[in-house]
Amino acid sequence: MPPTTTHGQGLRGLAIATTLTIGLALALIFFYAPLDADQGFVQKIFYVHVPLAIVSLGGFILGGGLAIGYLRTGDRKWDLRSYVAIHMALIFGIGGLLTGSIWAKASWGHWWVWNEPTLVSFLIVLLLFATYQPLRFSIEDPERQSRYASVFSVLAGAFVPLNFIAVRLAQQYVHPRVLTLGGGNLPGSMRLTFLVSLLGMALLFATLWKYEMTTKNTRFQVRRLRRTLLGEDAVRPAGRSAAPS
Amino acid sequence: MSAVLAAAPAIPLGQSGKFVAGAYIVFLVLILVYVGIMAMRAQRIERELAELQRELEAARAAGTAADEQREREPAL
Repeated sequence: MPPTTTHGQGLRGLAIATTLTIGLALALIFFYAPLDADQGFVQKIFYVHVPLAIVSLGGFILGGGLAIGYLRTGDRKWDLRSYVAIHMALIFGIGGLLTGSIWAKASWGHWWVWNEPTLVSFLIVLLLFATYQPLRFSIEDPERQSRYASVFSVLAGAFVPLNFIAVRLAQQYVHPRVLTLGGGNLPGSMRLTFLVSLLGMALLFATLWKYEMTTKNTRFQVRRLRRTLLGEDAVRPAGRSAAPS
Repeated sequence: MSAVLAAAPAIPLGQSGKFVAGAYIVFLVLILVYVGIMAMRAQRIERELAELQRELEAARAAGTAADEQREREPAL
């Protein structure tokens, strides 16, 4: 019997750190950061929208990186890690898209603007990764499923920074450019608030990733235990699934 | 409440307030839905564990009964 994995280790500490950081971020957003001279109160959306989008894109890249681990070793735990990272990144990405849309409506008067490269490129990345689960579901053999999904994750993950660079090189800058390689246009108090928000969001991603990994591993271990103690017949055959089994 | 609002210059709940509230509510709802789904999965695992425990006890009881039966039967 393979050794029991301990993904749950440190989950409590991580959850507490996440709660404290997000609590601090909310306090800074509403009690410390000044109102934006140009946008006013609407700019407060920035502290949830941008970290969601950044962490989401980071999660897609992480998913690609973890998939390399599977392709190199053939160990399916890397596939599971990659799967969960992309799953989480999709959820965060949908959050980023929805909050961005609300900001656009408040700021521009439209829920969506098609000639804005940042918005459209983010949508393209999100739609690209939205095909990840159907791709997995369409392949029945678990080994092939993991292999094809990993190749997809690596290629799509590499597309994310390329896409980001392409948008930066684009001529049209309708989207507010608050973060640049030169340090950004944010004043000190706003930058601190933004960084704490970003840290909180990254910690939330890590906590939820760990939480889902723990749940999935516990389920696998229960099935393995059942098989060991009661025999192969006692385990119900798993149906076709997009998730690694 | 008024003291909190006075200490927070960033909460002028005017026209834009509903958009800001909307964005933060969307974030909260997303997290709550996710945690709710994960809680249901955790319950399912709990049920599977309880079922496994029941089946193990039943198998153990059946094994004990068979041993007792063998002990009662005279050896040939």
